[in-house]
Amino acid sequence: MPDTHDAAYNYAYLDEQTKRMIRRAILKAAAIPGYQVPFGGREMPLPYGWGTGGIQVTAAIIGRDDTLKVIDQGADDTTNAVSIRRFFARVADVETTTRTEEATVIQTRHRVPETPLKEGQILVFQVPIPEPLRMLEPRETETRTLHALTEYGVMQVSLYESIARHGRISKGYNYPVLVNGRYMMSPSPIPKFDNPKLDRNPALQLYGAGREKRIYAVPPYTPVKSLDFDDHPFEIERWTESCAYCGSTESFLDEMIVDDAGKRLFVCSDTDYCESRRK
Amino acid sequence: MTAPLLSARGITKRFGNRIACQGVRFDLWPGEVLGVVGESGSGKTTLLNCLAGRLEPDEGTVEYETAAMGTVDIHRLSEARRRLLARTEWGFVNQDAREGLRMGVSAGANIGERLMAIGARHYGNIRQSATDWLERVEIDLDRLDDKPTTYSGGMRQRLQIARNLVSEPRLVFMDEPTGGLDVSVQARLLDLLRGLVDRFHLSAVLVTHDLGVARLLTHRLMVMQGGQVVEEGLTDQVLDDPHHAYTQMLVASILPV
Amino acid sequence: MYVAVKGGETAIAHSLELLADRRRGDRDIAELSLDQIDQQLALAVDRVMTEGSCYDRSLAALAIKQARGDLVEAIFLLRAYRTTLPRFGDSEPIDTSHMVAERRISSTFKDVPGGQVLGPTFDYTHRLLDFALMANGERPASPTAPVDAAHALPRVGDILEREGMLEPPPAAEAGAPVQDITRTPLVLPAARPVRLQNLARGDEGFLLALAYSTQRGYGNNHPFVGEIRFGAVPVSFVPEELGFAIDIAEIDVTECDMVNQFAGSHDVPPQFTRGYGLAFGHAERKAMAMALVDRALRAEELSESATSPAQDEEFVLAHSDNVEASGFVQHLKLPHYVDFQSELVVVRTLRAEVEARNRQAALDKAAE
Repeated sequence: MPDTHDAAYNYAYLDEQTKRMIRRAILKAAAIPGYQVPFGGREMPLPYGWGTGGIQVTAAIIGRDDTLKVIDQGADDTTNAVSIRRFFARVADVETTTRTEEATVIQTRHRVPETPLKEGQILVFQVPIPEPLRMLEPRETETRTLHALTEYGVMQVSLYESIARHGRISKGYNYPVLVNGRYMMSPSPIPKFDNPKLDRNPALQLYGAGREKRIYAVPPYTPVKSLDFDDHPFEIERWTESCAYCGSTESFLDEMIVDDAGKRLFVCSDTDYCESRRK
Repeated sequence: MTAPLLSARGITKRFGNRIACQGVRFDLWPGEVLGVVGESGSGKTTLLNCLAGRLEPDEGTVEYETAAMGTVDIHRLSEARRRLLARTEWGFVNQDAREGLRMGVSAGANIGERLMAIGARHYGNIRQSATDWLERVEIDLDRLDDKPTTYSGGMRQRLQIARNLVSEPRLVFMDEPTGGLDVSVQARLLDLLRGLVDRFHLSAVLVTHDLGVARLLTHRLMVMQGGQVVEEGLTDQVLDDPHHAYTQMLVASILPV
Repeated sequence: MYVAVKGGETAIAHSLELLADRRRGDRDIAELSLDQIDQQLALAVDRVMTEGSCYDRSLAALAIKQARGDLVEAIFLLRAYRTTLPRFGDSEPIDTSHMVAERRISSTFKDVPGGQVLGPTFDYTHRLLDFALMANGERPASPTAPVDAAHALPRVGDILEREGMLEPPPAAEAGAPVQDITRTPLVLPAARPVRLQNLARGDEGFLLALAYSTQRGYGNNHPFVGEIRFGAVPVSFVPEELGFAIDIAEIDVTECDMVNQFAGSHDVPPQFTRGYGLAFGHAERKAMAMALVDRALRAEELSESATSPAQDEEFVLAHSDNVEASGFVQHLKLPHYVDFQSELVVVRTLRAEVEARNRQAALDKAAE
C-alpha cells in the first residue's frame, strides 16, 4: 500500500527510539499488571490533558496493518476523538473505523465500548491522573511507598467514610480496582458501569498518562476487582429509561436536555453500539 | 523462662555535637509498663523514637520479640516489615493527638483503619468494632461519624488510644499521653489508661515529665538527665526513696496540692 | 424529534479556518515578519526559547507569530517541534567565564574587577509610556565601544570562594551521564542537576511567585545578587569522528549567581551558600527567580527546616511546567458528560434515599 503519511514526520510522528522506549515500558507494564511504569513522555502536538499518553502508546504500537478506532465519551465524532483520529490519519498510514469489531487498536477517553472485545484487540485508555491514591495522598514519594508495601488502607478508609456519610459508596467514575490481586489501579475516569468489562477481558488493556508520564497495563484475562465491602458490594449504574434510538436497556445512557422545559432524552453513549443495533 | 518483649542495649543518639541520649539499656517484660521521666531536653522523647523505630540510633540495638517470628533487631528490618509491626503489634500514642489521627475522616474510620489495613472487609463489623472501642474509651457513641476536628483535646486523645488498641497491640509507646490537657481531663484519661493496661495486659514504654502520671501508670521507672539514665528501679521505690540528686530534686519539686 | 449532533469534523475544520483568519487579522495591515518579531520583540523570543528548551530565534519567532502572541502557546509549539528533532549528542558544558558580556553587575560589592557594566536594561528607565513610539520608533544606531573579547571578567563568586567565604560550586563527577528530563521521567527525590533543568524550563510566573514568597518570609534565605551577566557564549561539541571539541554555535545567555544565607556551626566555619539561575537570551527576572528557588530547594541539603512551598521539592517540580499545567487546566473544556452522568446518577440516588428516609421519619412521627 502506498505510504501516504505526512513525510515531514516519522511514521506515527514519534521517532523509532522513542517508540522503542515506550514499547519497553509497555512490556514492563504488562509483566506487572496494574503497576505504573514511568516513561520518558514527549511533548506531543496536542496539549497535555487531551490524550497525549494514549496517543504516545498508540503511536508506539500502531502499524500499517492496523485499523484504528478513536472514541471520546463513547462517541466517534466528539471533538477530541475527531482531532486524534485526524492526527493519526496525517502522520500514520493507517485505516480508521468507527466499528468496534473491525478495529485492532481502540483509543478511548472515559468509556469502554459496549460491544465485547476479542483476543488480539488492544484498548488504549487516556488517563489524566494515573495514581488512584492521589486525592488521598498528594505526595508521589509516599504513594510509591504505599504501592510497594501494599498499604492500601487509606483507600478502604475513604470508602468507609463514604458509606458513613452517604449510606453508600458514592464514587461514580474512576472507581478504584485491584488488579491481579496485587496493585491498586485507576481505571481512568470511565463510569463504574464499565468496571466489570475490565475483568478478564480477552483484549489487552494499555493505559497511558502523558503529563504524569506513566504507563500501566492489564494483560488479557487478568482479574480486575472493584473495591468494596462484603456488605456493601460494588454495583453499577442502572436506568429506568431505555435508549430512545435503539431501545437498549443494557448500555450506558447519555442524558440530553432537548428543550427549554427541561425535557430529557436518553441515548446510548456508545454511538457505534447504538447504530449497529438499529441496522 | 520467657524472653523480654523489648531489649535495648547501648542506645546512643546524637544531633550534631549534642548527645540526645547515651548508652541506654533495659529489658521490658510482657505486662510491664516502663516509665521514662525527666525534664524537657533530657532525651526521653528521642529515646522513645529510637525504641519505636522512628529514629535510627547512632549506636546500640533494639530487639523486639514478635508474636510469631522470633526476636528481631527492629532497625535491621526492612521498612515494609517495620511499618507492618507498627500497624499491628505496636501502638504509638503521640502527645499531640492530631499527629496520630486522620483529622479529615470520622472517628469510626480512624478506629477502623488498622482493621481495614489488615484485610477487614465487612463494613458493619468494622463499624461495630469501632463502636465497641468508642465505648471502651468512654466517648459518646453518637460521635462515631464525627471528625476529630469536632472533638475536644481529651476526646481526641481517647480516640487516638482507641485507634491504636483496636489491633490489640502487644507493645504501646506513649509520649506524654496526658500532656497539654486540663487536670481533670488528665485524671479521667489516666484512669482510663490504667484500666486498659490492666484489662488488656498491655506492655508499654511511657515517657512523661509528670511524676504523678508515672506513679499511677508505671511499674518501673528510668530517670533521665542530659541524655543519661541517672536512676532506675521500681516506681514506688524510686519516687519514695530517690538516691540520685537529680531524682531527689524532681521529687521535691512536685507542688503539694 | 431530537437529532444527535453530528458533523464534529466539519465544525473543527471551520474553527481552524476562523482561527487562521483571526491570526492574520485585518488584511489592510502589514503582516508581521519573523525578523520583526526576532528583533523588536526579542525578549518574547528569549522567553519562548528558554521555556521551549530550544535555542533557535526564527523558530521561536514563528511560534510566537502562529500563537498570535500567546507565549505559553508558542512555548508549546516549540516544545512539540523539539520532540521531532534528532539528537546527535550532548555539548560540552558552556563556560560562562568565556562570555563576552554586554551586561555584568554585582550587588555584593560597590566595584568589582572588570567594573559594573550596565548594558541594555529596563532597570534605569522610568516606566513612562513613550508616545513617540506610536508614530515612529526610528532612531539612528548608537555608537558602541568595540568589544574586547580578551578582557576577562573574573567572577565575583571566585573571589569570595578563594577566601573560603563562599561554598564552591557543586562539582560534576567526571564522565557521569547527564540525565535529560525531556527523555526520562522525573523521579523524586531529585538531584540538583535535575532540579535545575526543571527550573530552567519552568514557567517564569510560577518561579517568580515562589521566589517572591521566599523574600516575604516563606523560607527566606537572605539573598544577594553575587553576579548577573548577560552575553554571548560559544557552544562546543566533540564529534566522534574528530575526537576534539569544536565550536558549533554562539548563544546568548543570562546567568545569575545568588549569594545566600551562610551555613556553618560551632566547629564548621560558616560560608555563604549559592543559588544558580540560567536562561537563554536576556532574561534576568527568570534567572534571578530560578536562583532563589534553586537555593530554597537546597534547604534539606543545608540542614534548614523546609516548611514553605518554595522549599517543597515535589510541589515546585511537579507544577513548574506551564505546558503541562496549561494542558491539564484547559482539558476541563473537553467533554466530561459521561463522568458527569455518573455523578448525576449518584446524586439522584442519594437524594432519593434521603427524601425517603425523611418521609418515613415523618410518617413514624405522625404515627406516635
